[in-house]
Amino acid sequence: MALLSGGSGHGYELKQAIEHEFGTLLPELNSGQIYSTLARLERDGLVEGEAVADDNRGKKVYRLTQKGRNVLQDWLGVPVPGARLKDGFFVKFVVATSVGLADPTDLIDRQRDEYLQSLRDLDARLASAPHGPTAELLIEGAVLHLKADLEWLDLIEERLARRSA
Amino acid sequence: MTALLEARGLSRTYDTGGAPVPALDGVDLAIERGEFVVVIGPSGCGKSTLLNLLAGLDRPSAGEVWLDGTRVDQLSETALARLRRRRLGFVFQFFNLLPTLTASENVELPLLLAGRRRRQARRTAHRMLDDLGIGDRADAAPSQLSGGQQQRVALARALANQPDLVMGDEPTGSLDSTSAGEVLGLMRAAHARGQTLLLATHDARVAAAADRVVTMRDGRVTRERAMQPSRPVTLPFDPDPA
Repeated sequence: MALLSGGSGHGYELKQAIEHEFGTLLPELNSGQIYSTLARLERDGLVEGEAVADDNRGKKVYRLTQKGRNVLQDWLGVPVPGARLKDGFFVKFVVATSVGLADPTDLIDRQRDEYLQSLRDLDARLASAPHGPTAELLIEGAVLHLKADLEWLDLIEERLARRSA
Repeated sequence: MTALLEARGLSRTYDTGGAPVPALDGVDLAIERGEFVVVIGPSGCGKSTLLNLLAGLDRPSAGEVWLDGTRVDQLSETALARLRRRRLGFVFQFFNLLPTLTASENVELPLLLAGRRRRQARRTAHRMLDDLGIGDRADAAPSQLSGGQQQRVALARALANQPDLVMGDEPTGSLDSTSAGEVLGLMRAAHARGQTLLLATHDARVAAAADRVVTMRDGRVTRERAMQPSRPVTLPFDPDPA
C-alpha cells in the first residue's frame, strides 16, 4: 500500500519496486503473493483496480482509495510496541525448571548454542553475495537482538548461580 | 596426531591470605592445528587464567601444558620467553603497546628479538601494517591511534613472527562495535590463511565465528561444542519454498 501511495501501478511494477528495495539478497519474488494481496486489499475497499483498456490478459492498474489512504496513515501513525514480554525460551525455562523437568543450566546452554549458531548464520549471510542496504539493516537489527538475547541468558545464569550459592 | 596445544589437568590456585582460591580446577583442553577456538563463560570463570597458563605468562599449581608434543610448563623463564616469541602471539584487551615506540616499532620489536635485521624488520612491519589497513599510521605513537587502530597494531605484532598460535584475551573487549567487527574480520582472515586461534571473549560475534566454543564455569570446562556450517537465512518477503 505504501508503494501505491505515490501513484498507481500494476502488480508487476510493485513486484519490481519491492525487489529493487530489497536488492539481490532476496530470491525471485512470487508474483502470486502480490496478486493475492492486491485482490484482498481490493475486496476490503483499500485499493481499486482498473482494467487496462487494451490488454486482454486482465491486467489491472491499482491505486489507493481514500479509505486505503486513511488506513495507511493510521498504521504509520502508531509506533510499534517496544516491550517484548513474550519469549518462547523463557516459557520453556520457567515451566521446565519449576517442576524439575530439566536442568536449568542445560536449557540455557542449549539455547545459547542456538543463538550463537543463528548469529553465525546471519553473519555468513551478511558476508555473502551483494545485497541491498535495506536487507543489510534488517539483518544487523536481528544480530543486535540476538546479542541482547545472549546477554539475557548470561543474566539468567548469573541469577541462578547467586540463588544457589 | 598430537594437538598443537594441550592442557592436562591444569589447575591454578591463588593465595589471597585466607583460604586458597582455585581459579582453575583441573582443565583438560586440546587445540588442534588450524582450529579457531573460543572460550566463553561468566567473569571470574577462569578463562583468562587458562589463557595465561597456556601462553606461559603464569605457572600452573598443578597439571601440564604441552605445545606441539613438548611439555612447556616447567621450562625456565628464559626458555619460555624464547618459545613465546617464536611460536606464540598474544593480543590483550587493552592492546599493551609500548607507548614510547611508534606503531611500526611495536611490530618490529618481536622481529628484532627473534634475530631479524633492523631493515628487514622494518620492511616486514610496514607490510603487515599495510595488510591490516593502517600502513599510513606506521610512524604514529599509540596514543595518537584509535582503539581499533591500536588493536590492529597489536595484531600485527602478534602475527609478526608467524607464530603457530595466536591467543587473545577479550581482543574486542574495549572496542566499539565497528572496530570490533573490523578486528574480528582480520582475525578471521588470519585463520583462513591457516593461523590457529584461541580467544577468550564476551563478544557473541567473536564466539559465533569460531569452529569450537568452550564454555567455562567456576574454573572448569563445562561444555564444548563444535559450531555447524552456517544455515540459510530466510527473510520476510522470501517466497515460500513450495
